[in-house]
Amino acid sequence: MTEPAISVRNLSKCYKLGTIGRHTLVDEAQYLWHKIRGKDPREHFSKIGHTATEARRVEAEQEANQEFWALKDVSFDVQPGEVIGIIGRNGAGKSTLLKILTRITEPTSGEAFINGRVASLLEVGTGFHPELTGRENVYMNGTILGMKKREIDAKFDEIVAFSELEKFIDTPVKRYSSGMYVRLAFAVAAHLDPEILLIDEVLAVGDMEFQKKCLGKMQDVSESGRTVFFVSHNMAAVSRLCTRSLVLINGELSFDGDTPDAVSKYTAISLKAEACASWSDKDAPGSNGFRLKEVSVRGIDDEPVGSVDIRQPLCLKIRFSLDRDKMKFRCAMALYTQGVCAFTTIEKEEREYLQAGEHCLLVRLPGNILSEGEYLVGVSVFASRGVKSHFCRIPDAVAFHVSDCMDGGSARGDYAEGLGGVVRPNLEWVHE
Amino acid sequence: MEEKLKMFESKSAGPSHRTHIRAGQPWWRIDWREIWEYRDLLALLVKRDLTAIYKQTILGPLWFIIQPLLTTVVFTVIFGRVGGLSTDGIPHFIFYMSGTILWNYFQGVLNHGAGSLVGNTGVLSKVYFPRMVIPLSGVFVNFAHLALNFVLFLGFYVWFMLRGSDMNPNGWLLMFPLLIVQCGLMGLGFGLWVSALTIKYRDLRFALPFLTQLWMYATPVVYPASLVVTPQWKFLLWLNPMTAVVEFNRYAFTGRGSPDIAGLGLSWVVTLVILVSGLLLFNKVQRTFVDTI
Repeated sequence: MTEPAISVRNLSKCYKLGTIGRHTLVDEAQYLWHKIRGKDPREHFSKIGHTATEARRVEAEQEANQEFWALKDVSFDVQPGEVIGIIGRNGAGKSTLLKILTRITEPTSGEAFINGRVASLLEVGTGFHPELTGRENVYMNGTILGMKKREIDAKFDEIVAFSELEKFIDTPVKRYSSGMYVRLAFAVAAHLDPEILLIDEVLAVGDMEFQKKCLGKMQDVSESGRTVFFVSHNMAAVSRLCTRSLVLINGELSFDGDTPDAVSKYTAISLKAEACASWSDKDAPGSNGFRLKEVSVRGIDDEPVGSVDIRQPLCLKIRFSLDRDKMKFRCAMALYTQGVCAFTTIEKEEREYLQAGEHCLLVRLPGNILSEGEYLVGVSVFASRGVKSHFCRIPDAVAFHVSDCMDGGSARGDYAEGLGGVVRPNLEWVHE
Repeated sequence: MEEKLKMFESKSAGPSHRTHIRAGQPWWRIDWREIWEYRDLLALLVKRDLTAIYKQTILGPLWFIIQPLLTTVVFTVIFGRVGGLSTDGIPHFIFYMSGTILWNYFQGVLNHGAGSLVGNTGVLSKVYFPRMVIPLSGVFVNFAHLALNFVLFLGFYVWFMLRGSDMNPNGWLLMFPLLIVQCGLMGLGFGLWVSALTIKYRDLRFALPFLTQLWMYATPVVYPASLVVTPQWKFLLWLNPMTAVVEFNRYAFTGRGSPDIAGLGLSWVVTLVILVSGLLLFNKVQRTFVDTI
């Protein structure tokens, strides 16, 4: 039975909103003075006529002195060798969790055990001094990150080679371009060689080349049996690297499990739509005798899925009930991603339904057609022949996430960097 | 394979790489071993501060010497010549210089410590290392400055002696290293206090230069302690721990002044109280200061 690398128990962190304490020494002295004289200091502040602003401030202070729980009772274990992703929206508590685990700040309650040598990477180039040379900064940055001088001595050549800055290593870093700066900083970070690596969204900075190098290095780290704790917004990176993920919502751990499930959970939250939406008879959207019952994204096994492999086909299903016989309309779906409509698919002609009751329509999407990322599905049901009428229109019925785990077989081949576009058909290139 | 072994080793060796994070660590616990683990960082911080400050200056490290020299000249002219303050018969230049270099050491350590948290928020909110390393580095950085200044002082001292000034170096010279240590610890103690308080009260950042200046004039740097005669003022003078350091240092080199053994004892008590309380306060504040900053 191995001990967990990271063990977190009921961790909570509370921040006080608004001003903390009194602003200045003068305030504090006044406060104390009134306390000593046995008066309610607040009364004093609110009484002084000419300092109405003061009174207002005190009031505002009381109002604002609310507590904000950035983390609430979070518990989990990470086994040695696991690569675990932490996903959640801004302000969900990801950074707070990381700050506690890296010991930058203390929790309000709860505890955590970390077994093994830890290195944290919340930023690249922490402690770089512009006046110092690249060489001096490698040592500075390395020791700040927890390396010993002799460890850096041993790895120095490797670090410099990795950064490809052999020529400039004795130049002050203030003369470096920003790209060189980042390269040197990451070279140091990449050679930390810890047992547990706590890493924030450092991948968000730097160019594609740099991100690729980062990801590659992280993969190396995880493959060598080290534990990686990775906090990110970048679903693609999380899906690629992490087998297990935690989803934080408003400071609470709302999901802990396989990454694809975590990603669909996250997608559901961030797009405010699930992979499957259904309505009861009462609140079913629709008009003119049309009632929408369910919209869903389904995988090859016909189960609703929130996270799909880019190579796999999927189908969009819509179930509805009709109040009358002989209704005629057509159905359309639009897929939105990256803030634009990727495409719209529409029934080629209006369909006539002879009987009232429940009906089901589905449209199949082949694999290797969508791009990576989050998709929102809009549904529209209407008739435009003869009497023009809308039966139902929902712009954000369901959502799902498409990921490319880079095992090959997708449109990107062996290319690991970002690919633009809202669709990604797998096309053949031929040399004539 | 070797790496694998290393991993297992450190895991079985356990305690050295086990971190227990929890709320409300006892306020009196200072992890000295951890600070020792980071000694390489301490050394590099010292080196960085010594080399980076004077980069791209023409005179470079000469500034270490020019600063106290100019201060001494200014004091000699203003307080010695114009003001005509007594120097207990010690050559003016030696009198002011001996006080100035020690005061500069104290002030340097104090300022370094005072800015250690607020001035390094960028780094401290991104990576963890024992925060105590920063104020500690100030003790050594300023010690290097002091050492240079002291060499200069010795030069003048010998020169004045050769010119026939009446200097009586005595047994108290053996205490000199201890005075330096006390001076450093005192600066550290006060620096820790100020840095912890600055987290809450930013006023201190503006008040500090002014306060230290006042403090210097409350210390017998530009006048001899013998100038203060009434007992209650004398007590106040010696309550200031820097008084003993400056006065005993002068006495050791010149055999003049009014050393007060009780005063030296008192100053050590004050120094230790400030140091220990400063360490504890700083230790408590540094745990969560990034939330407040």
